[in-house]
Amino acid sequence: MRVVIMGCGRLGSTLAQELDREGHQVTVIDIDAAAFNWLEEGFRGSTIVGAGEDVEVQQAAGVQRAEVFLALANGDNRNAMAVQVAKHIHNAPRVVARIYDPERAEVYRQLGINVVNPTTILDQMVREAAFGEDESNRAAT
Amino acid sequence: MYVILVGGGKVGRGAARDLIEMGHEVCIVERDGNTAWSLNNELGEVALLGDGAEIHVQRAAGMTRADVVVACTGRDQVNLAVAQTAQTRFNVPKVIARINDPRNERIFRSLGFHNTISATTAIVSAIEQEVSAGLSRLTQLRSSAFVLAELVIPQLAPAVGCQVRDLNLPSHTVLALIVRDDDEPEIPGPNTMIQPGDIVIAVTQPQHESGLRAALTGET
Repeated sequence: MRVVIMGCGRLGSTLAQELDREGHQVTVIDIDAAAFNWLEEGFRGSTIVGAGEDVEVQQAAGVQRAEVFLALANGDNRNAMAVQVAKHIHNAPRVVARIYDPERAEVYRQLGINVVNPTTILDQMVREAAFGEDESNRAAT
Repeated sequence: MYVILVGGGKVGRGAARDLIEMGHEVCIVERDGNTAWSLNNELGEVALLGDGAEIHVQRAAGMTRADVVVACTGRDQVNLAVAQTAQTRFNVPKVIARINDPRNERIFRSLGFHNTISATTAIVSAIEQEVSAGLSRLTQLRSSAFVLAELVIPQLAPAVGCQVRDLNLPSHTVLALIVRDDDEPEIPGPNTMIQPGDIVIAVTQPQHESGLRAALTGET
């Protein structure tokens, strides 16, 4: 599949390299060229420097031909705008945004966007690590 | 009305000053401490310090009871986020978004935000109006595919002396108004004669602007 990833930090670069090894065609966008240092030498995908929410940068990255667009940059606002540009302007069939703020994540879910919210996921994992699975559920209620 | 402005830069500050003068209740959400301080200094206690894209800050600003929210920061991704949360989360009746990069107008419109302000587009169109003797686009008509255009008829235009019915106007185009120096503004009919110096206001679509310009001014 053709996958475009916005944000080449820890998560973006890890995912980019995994998907590349699995045989997907990967393009990574980052606003800072130094971020591509996260990618190891064997990476066969392409890289583009620019703001991932920019219509033209997305075009250069081939979002209009991509099956999947992942917004994994650090800013919630940026990620939210980027997936909506990918979806509504470039007609990307599948988009996912990382949104740190649980409340904003809920808003974007209501707007029909696939959202991954690390805060609630980590919250649950930390509870389980600290209290065990049963206890953490009880603590949550 | 209660108006919340997110972003206390030149746009937010100017709007706040006018709105307060008009008697509205105003809150400016500004994330920079110095800017917030100087806003309070100039306008009274109007500024709330915080990131206006954060929902807890929006709640603190009283977005649940806001009549109007204006997202007017210098960053389009923030303005979009503010506009979407104001609408989706707080059901604010009127949401206005500032667009900094005109290329982003498309995404705001396709997400249903037609109440947008773009200084860049306004300045560019004002420059075009000054520079070109032909046609200048005044505004897009809300969510429609139509625009309002203004043309000034040159002395030697082929349309001079013609009646409106004889003009070779493109489709989807209507001449809405003719303004002449010493006359009352006139709604042109089929028999109206085009005169040099006429200011013609027309409703058309962007793809027909050049045809309209050619029909009225002879310029291509």
